[in-house]
Amino acid sequence: MAEKGKTKEFKWQRKHLLGLRELTAEEITYILDTAQGFEEISARAVKKAPPLRGKLVVNLFFEDSTRTRNSFALAANRLSADVVEFTKKDSSVSKGETLLDTARNLEAMGIDIVVIRHNAGGAPTLLSKYINACVVNAGDGYCEHPTQGLLDVFTIRKRKGSLKGLKIAIVGDISHSRVARSDMWAMTKLGAEVTFVGPPTLMPPKVEQLPVKISYSLDDVIEKVDVINMLRIQFERLGGNPFPSVREYSHYFGLTVERMKRAKPDILVMHPGPINRGLEIESEVADGKNSVILQQVTNGVTVRMAVLFLVNQAAAEKQAEAQNG
Amino acid sequence: MGDELLIKNGRVIDPANKINRKCDVLIADEKFVEVGRVKKSVANVIDATGKLVVPGLIDIHVHFREPGDEEEETIASGSAAAVAGGFTSVVCMPNTTPPIEDETDVEYVHRKARKARKTHVYTMGSITKGREGVELAEMGFMSQAGAVGFTDDGSGVQDASVMLRALKYAQMFNVVIAQHCQDDKIAGKGVMNSGYYSTILGLPGLDPLAEEAMLWRDIQLVKKIKAGTVRYHAQHISTAGSVELIRAAKKLGLPVTCEVTPHHLLLTEKCCAEYDTNYKVNPPLRTEKDIEALKEAIADGLVDALVTDHAPHLQSEKELEFLAAPFGLIGLECALPLYIKSLVEPGILDWPGLIRLMAEKPAKIIGVDKGTMSKGKQADVTIIDPNAEYKIDVNTFRSKSKNCPYNSWTVKGRVEKTIVGGEIRFSAESCPP
Repeated sequence: MAEKGKTKEFKWQRKHLLGLRELTAEEITYILDTAQGFEEISARAVKKAPPLRGKLVVNLFFEDSTRTRNSFALAANRLSADVVEFTKKDSSVSKGETLLDTARNLEAMGIDIVVIRHNAGGAPTLLSKYINACVVNAGDGYCEHPTQGLLDVFTIRKRKGSLKGLKIAIVGDISHSRVARSDMWAMTKLGAEVTFVGPPTLMPPKVEQLPVKISYSLDDVIEKVDVINMLRIQFERLGGNPFPSVREYSHYFGLTVERMKRAKPDILVMHPGPINRGLEIESEVADGKNSVILQQVTNGVTVRMAVLFLVNQAAAEKQAEAQNG
Repeated sequence: MGDELLIKNGRVIDPANKINRKCDVLIADEKFVEVGRVKKSVANVIDATGKLVVPGLIDIHVHFREPGDEEEETIASGSAAAVAGGFTSVVCMPNTTPPIEDETDVEYVHRKARKARKTHVYTMGSITKGREGVELAEMGFMSQAGAVGFTDDGSGVQDASVMLRALKYAQMFNVVIAQHCQDDKIAGKGVMNSGYYSTILGLPGLDPLAEEAMLWRDIQLVKKIKAGTVRYHAQHISTAGSVELIRAAKKLGLPVTCEVTPHHLLLTEKCCAEYDTNYKVNPPLRTEKDIEALKEAIADGLVDALVTDHAPHLQSEKELEFLAAPFGLIGLECALPLYIKSLVEPGILDWPGLIRLMAEKPAKIIGVDKGTMSKGKQADVTIIDPNAEYKIDVNTFRSKSKNCPYNSWTVKGRVEKTIVGGEIRFSAESCPP
């Protein structure tokens, strides 16, 4: 396929994509290069290529999702795979089948790739230990959302050329954000300097041991950064009362037109969506010239195509190796 | 004289009587008759050359799941596991379904234990009805029926006024009130230690403060209680902060004791990195720093009992997501070698020191006349081969459950025989490991 020159010698080995923490910079770059090669397919009149023909991808979603689920489905379709949607809103074990039983049942139907979203951190890792199909993490609890991390660095790389030396702020509920974690791993591995910005009550335990800087003041960092990623305030995850009111949160951590005036003119404004307009980001900023929010969505499909392609290829090679002894 | 049994030539370690030398132990009519050079010839002789002969080990913190979860463990299977691990007495926690909360429940446990005829099985009763932390359970009746203490283990008594009332009321019975120290508000929905690993694994953390806040509170309550009437026991302490609180309480001479488990001496939060639910336990596995503090506490004599917190769970439950799987791991059949590994081998305790914390002092905490080999006491003995080296294999366990993170660890020290009331209830020869 369309890998770029500098990673020519590299060989992708993983049949699962569980998180970005375990990936090397080289592996991440390889996925991005592969994705770049796939961009052209989405631009065709007939948006389809054959590499996953005859393969069955299951979208196993235990949490609400429209964007990620559709993005994976589109990515699979463009590579000619068949897609089965399996949405199970209630993943509580007391009320039915366990995750493993569900997965084993799906496997008995002959699936090749499971794309899983689950409210428990580590659910994809659990699956990968017990089933033979490839497992792709589409978001697990607040552990990781690797394809979001990949599409974010893909978007940045496309606009800025490279991540090396870039200063990036990730703003909001870091504590409950899988996007913040996956972004952190990908961005820092590719050489960017990441600052987590938010109130102390939304910082995770031992955040100081992560490879990031920490700031409780958006005003302090807004002038310095090349990229700003505004996390969605997920009220369903917050629990308790980490900040006194939405009004006060917006005052300190909202990306307003006023704040944007102090930002670098070529700052990239990102958001993993869906946006709470007027809460973490003002509409004018979300829709403004610095915003790459919709490009993130476009790139999401491309990056997911690359991921599905690579894990499938690794699985096929492993199977061939096993057959050849 | 009735049935006699002579254990010859072993190294007898009986810390209460300051015995630590090669000699013989004569047992008759279920009781110790003599510890020393026994010249008499007896029909039943155990040659204990090269072995350690110690007072039967006592584990004051186990979960036998009966009534309610017999598919995980029963009093019979748990008792078999206990003697295989060298334990001649165990104390069941009352968090069964339904909980042990009146004298009928206590008698039920005793009846099942008599039927199993393996180890002595004691039970604690609940402090509060239904373990709900609101109304006191019938501590008096339960004491009369033989409950050796009270705890709502599995959770702590959240309301300070209820805990104070429990301590006050218990003054009538001179019993131990044991606490699983955990402030539920601070603990939230935590499933592992709150720290770097919980953050990168995306799992809700259990802050050490949840344990320490309740322990601190309880120590303040104990200060309100008249000396010599009730004893307070902090169960499975796991943090450096808890060690400091215990140290301060003991310095004040308060009737406070505490216990430690093998997993809090051998395993850290890092073990959870692969989401293996066999490492999901409450209190959670902490950090190296906490392990060091606990070991120092043991070296300083601040810890009163070594326990297992044997907590069986079905494999199907442990195959759930880390978030959803139940807390707990089993330990009865490997506790002794694990304590040897964590405490004796690094020189934190010598053998008498270990036996003191596995027999003599636990007996005192629950107020039973055991843990020594004094003449006339019931003859509970554990015979140990301290040099036997082998691999832990959960498939050989008598426990009904297999949720044990130590599988295939290489350890040293094997239980050779377990003698309960003068009767050999476990023998490694007849039951290969």
